[in-house]
Amino acid sequence: MTKAQGRWEHFYHQADIGVRGIGPTLDEAFEQAGLALTAVVTNPAQVRAIQPIEIECEAPRASLLLVDFLNRLVYEMATRRMLFSQFEVHLSPPDLGGALSLHALAWGEPVDPARHQPAVEVKGATYCELEVRQNPAGEWVVQCVVDV
Amino acid sequence: MDISRLVQKSEFEWWLEATPPMRVPSILYASEALLREMDDKVLEQIANVASLPGIVQAAYAMPDAHWGYGFPIGGVAAFREEDGVVSAGGVGFDISCGVRTLHTGLTVADIEPIKDNLAQGLFRHVPAGVGSVGKIHLEPAELDEMLQGGAAWAVARGYGKPEDLEYIEEHGRMEGAQPERVSEQAKRRQADEMGTLGSGNHYLEVQQVTEVYDPAVARVFGVAVGDVLVSIHSGSRGLGHQVATDYSKRMIEAAHKYGLELRDLELACAPIQSEEGQAYLGAMRAAINCALANRQILTHLAREAFAYLLPQADLRLIYDVSHNTAKLETHLIHGKLERLYVHRKGATRALGPGHPALPEAYRAVGQPVLIGGTMGTASYILVGTQEGEARSLSSSCHGAGRALSRHQALKQWHGKEVIRELAQRGIIVRSPSPRGVAEEAPGAYKDVSAVVDAAHAAGLSRKVARLEPLICIKG
Repeated sequence: MTKAQGRWEHFYHQADIGVRGIGPTLDEAFEQAGLALTAVVTNPAQVRAIQPIEIECEAPRASLLLVDFLNRLVYEMATRRMLFSQFEVHLSPPDLGGALSLHALAWGEPVDPARHQPAVEVKGATYCELEVRQNPAGEWVVQCVVDV
Repeated sequence: MDISRLVQKSEFEWWLEATPPMRVPSILYASEALLREMDDKVLEQIANVASLPGIVQAAYAMPDAHWGYGFPIGGVAAFREEDGVVSAGGVGFDISCGVRTLHTGLTVADIEPIKDNLAQGLFRHVPAGVGSVGKIHLEPAELDEMLQGGAAWAVARGYGKPEDLEYIEEHGRMEGAQPERVSEQAKRRQADEMGTLGSGNHYLEVQQVTEVYDPAVARVFGVAVGDVLVSIHSGSRGLGHQVATDYSKRMIEAAHKYGLELRDLELACAPIQSEEGQAYLGAMRAAINCALANRQILTHLAREAFAYLLPQADLRLIYDVSHNTAKLETHLIHGKLERLYVHRKGATRALGPGHPALPEAYRAVGQPVLIGGTMGTASYILVGTQEGEARSLSSSCHGAGRALSRHQALKQWHGKEVIRELAQRGIIVRSPSPRGVAEEAPGAYKDVSAVVDAAHAAGLSRKVARLEPLICIKG
């Protein structure tokens, strides 16, 4: 059997946009959600992965960790004026207190309005339609709505 | 929306009666047609809001209500100061996002010959779009002063005129701001964003007055058919977004401490009198000042662009309204004056005649209520009503509200085509992002006129004038 492919998609929300990452592992589903976030702003294929930044966060459960991760990306996009197109995410198992931690590298480049045609800036990731689950095929699905 | 659960009280007023866990009814103001277009989630969300502790009278949905997160956009709810809650999600991400409208002192005949140049001048002079930076970089100490001073800080720094302040809610400066409650991250997001328009549905428009519905009130606001106005729609930029992010998280973490059972994480709230509630209010008020300062600087930039091409222009501020706020107000509830924190998320404060918070020049007629439309339709000036106090705690709609998602819009339109079609109708659109224009295509929004007519007919505010775009600078 071939290994399931990671992928991302957007899902419907009337005023904002839902971002969804799907992957064979939770790590990969988070990586795909990062790409889905970039795709709200621009076509990720247009973003060169030339400069890495590091992200670390911690939360009591995986769904809250997703919101934190995406919000950190929103923050880095805003303050560094960058876009990201490649992600490497590692989730660590819960510590004794039950908290999950995430370590990630995101590669991207500074926004180039002419080339990237950025449509909209993301204000923040929300808890709306927030889910972390496994689908019947056994893939991990992570999602939430982002405010634009 | 399935309206079978609603009781129709009049043509434009629909009630969802209070059944547990709702503490008060939900009241929706809209025509049947607008209501049927609304998502079922609006009803679910407004019922959730009606279940929050300390809510008084009702949870309201304005005619432009749509599915938000936690609270619907176009939602209004007031909570008692002593035992109510304050909700970061009930205010929204773009704290104090709002509209201000200025009279240019010019008529359409003055603008037409140089319209292209004016559009280009405004587009070059007003930073807009993703990743744009302002000319002003604020060091930490200055940023804190801005968060305390709002538009008054901006005027003291030379951005605008002292008389502008009279025509801004709170006279341009929100009391009770606590910059120390705003995170370093939020401040870093703002260091280079002062005087930037933003993106998405934010814009700067040059508009013409095409119709006056209430000549007497229009005279008081100083607008007549053929006049040219400028409207600016922008908010608290990165700082406000980060305050919302920070405090939503903090309120979720603290909920169990206060025994708050969250039916939806986005309803995250904290008792007004708690440490978290007070901290949020201090930070949110600072973000309101950030939005007021930002719109003040944008006004200054617009004035500079006009002065270069049209020295005779004199941009006078008609009024500035905020859409996403929680403000302490006094309202008459069941015959008793109560101090309430009124959350307006995608809704406009609409004070009726005689209210002491109004500028003296408008006190006899009521507050200008500025409704932003799309770049291809129309915007409106309305005025607050006396009956609005009892109907909706002096609140009205804020815009058209989306009918299609961004994704659906992108499938249906191309930015360049939208720009060309609007140009044929005499509307010049300038934007750094054609994709952004497609996502904001006029057809992606509800009919703003139907929304305004419903607000008018429901008595939330009354129509004064209709404005149509000549130039639109989109972020």
